[in-house]
Amino acid sequence: MIKVENITKNYGDVKALKGVSFEVKKGQLYGLIGPDGSGKTSLFRILTSLLMPSSGKATLSDYDTVKDYKKIRKIVGYMPERFSLYMDLTVEENLNFFATVFNTTVEENYHLIEYIYKMLEPFKHRRAGALSGGMKQKLALSCALIHKPEVLLLDEPTTGVDPVSRKEFWEMLKMLQETGLTTLVSTPFMDDAELCDEVALIQDGNILKIDTPANIAASYPHKLWKVVTENNYNTLKALDKLDGKISAFSFGHSVHLATEDRVPEDSIKKHLVDNNIKIENIEPIKASIEDVFMELMR
Amino acid sequence: MRRILYIVEKEFKQIFRDKMMKPILFIMPVVQLAVLSYTADFTVKDIRIFVQDQDISPLSKQLINKVSASDNFTLLGVSYSYEEGINEVEKNKIDVILTIPEHFSRNFNSQRKTALFITADAINSSKAGISINYLQNIIRDFQVEQAEKKGIQVKPGIEVITRNWYNPDLDYKFFMVPGILVLLVTMIALFLSGMNIVKEKEIGTIEQLNVTPIMKYQFIIGKLLPFLIIGLVEFTVGLLIALYWFKVPFLGSIPLIYMFTFVYLILILGMGMFISTITETQQQALFLAWFFSIVFILMSGLFTPVESMPDWAQKLTYLNPIKYYIEVIRLVMLKGSSFSSIKVNFLVIVLSAIFINMAAIRNYKKTA
Repeated sequence: MIKVENITKNYGDVKALKGVSFEVKKGQLYGLIGPDGSGKTSLFRILTSLLMPSSGKATLSDYDTVKDYKKIRKIVGYMPERFSLYMDLTVEENLNFFATVFNTTVEENYHLIEYIYKMLEPFKHRRAGALSGGMKQKLALSCALIHKPEVLLLDEPTTGVDPVSRKEFWEMLKMLQETGLTTLVSTPFMDDAELCDEVALIQDGNILKIDTPANIAASYPHKLWKVVTENNYNTLKALDKLDGKISAFSFGHSVHLATEDRVPEDSIKKHLVDNNIKIENIEPIKASIEDVFMELMR
Repeated sequence: MRRILYIVEKEFKQIFRDKMMKPILFIMPVVQLAVLSYTADFTVKDIRIFVQDQDISPLSKQLINKVSASDNFTLLGVSYSYEEGINEVEKNKIDVILTIPEHFSRNFNSQRKTALFITADAINSSKAGISINYLQNIIRDFQVEQAEKKGIQVKPGIEVITRNWYNPDLDYKFFMVPGILVLLVTMIALFLSGMNIVKEKEIGTIEQLNVTPIMKYQFIIGKLLPFLIIGLVEFTVGLLIALYWFKVPFLGSIPLIYMFTFVYLILILGMGMFISTITETQQQALFLAWFFSIVFILMSGLFTPVESMPDWAQKLTYLNPIKYYIEVIRLVMLKGSSFSSIKVNFLVIVLSAIFINMAAIRNYKKTA
């Protein structure tokens, strides 16, 4: 459905994309995972035909993003990173506006957005600018869907949204997937990634890895420990000198420690105790995508 | 078509929901028209005059009385000393000093040649020039009066009788009000349209619009139409004020002036759109729109006649749409001119309108 072949994009001397290739199959919920500044937005703007690639080629439903941009604009639903609906129009007016611009009506495609729009309905006479972040995002999604797109492109839809709305949002994406919609979503959040069918990890304009979230997590090459102590900073400092240590990162209230396979739990414990660190808990864990990402970026 | 109408509807909603927009559109122009029309007066009144009287004779008293009786002058002091007068000029309390020298009346009465001396504060050169002119007229009158009293025949020179056609009382308002009306319509149209597309760029909505299948021309027309309507309403309100408040005569054809205004608005809106397409922020657009309007206004012939500009500047005014419109509105309103007298102006405006709108459409890129 979406085919990206060796796309590069340069802004003067800055290389935003350095030869990106991946493929999204019809009906997939595909995640493009990467930190800020990794080139996600440039790629989205190329796919929506707003930007020309410096080289390479991208097609959506076999339409070339450069040559067939007019066709692309009919089949794509796009939600830019920044909320870009009219703040001074009401929820209903925004929806009607985008339906009209796409030569359709809200009634015609109401079934597509019914589930989402029901949550917005109580606020339909409220101006978009006065909505909460989560509601704005639902409205933006409704507007992106109103013309029955074949492909949905969502650029960091969950950035700046509270955790509850974020969860709701992913549920909506799953429901949309059941209607056969192909969705490409970018996000800097690793826990979003686990909800996708397939993900591409991107950094500095390069794709690091493409696989299913489960496979990616399973591909983690080292032994991983979760270490809970009173102070992550001191623990990380102490672990620096641990024999057989590969990496250690702070993960919320714990530290994820990667070691060579030969290192037993006891020797980690002993090392920490020797360094005057009080251990609350230490256990071997399975790697998450985030661990893989940190490993790839190392 | 449905798309265009919906964009028009959307624009109107957005304009009228903006709390500041209604006063900007409807109160500001009325105030401007009212205030500017009263203030942009080229007649100089209340010139503050100081008389240095070294003659101190009945004749010099009579001259002083005649000056102070004039509407244009306010006599603020009479003294023997010149210093006193020039000190007041330095303090910006006096505009003109009239010096009546010693032996003025003796020389005058014995029909010898005599002179008066005028000192004017020329910081504002046009005011100084006009003041001197007024004063010379008074002195000339005075001379004739005094001569007649004595039964002396003043040599008959060439008497010039003037008649001011189309504005017989030389009411400056008849001249200024139509011009200011043009400025208002121009500014409103240029600023509204100049801010518009760039506003969508600034708030990011253009990104969403650009991925839709909307055509460039639909977008531009949808954006132009609301402002065209607002511009025409604005013009109508201003015209009514001109006719019924300032009692400016309207001798020509109303459909003709509306036809010209219509085309003119399309030109100005196109300019605004063009500004909007080449800028990235509303601030940039505002400065550009301001730059053009100031240049156009000052070179329009409204405040200073085009004929008194240097040659190169006169040539530049051929590019100034405001100039063409002011000429037309004055011709049609005050002179009752028909289409044949304004056809050159009309043609220039039509061609420029086509040119600038094509440029704006070309320049509005849906891709970055």
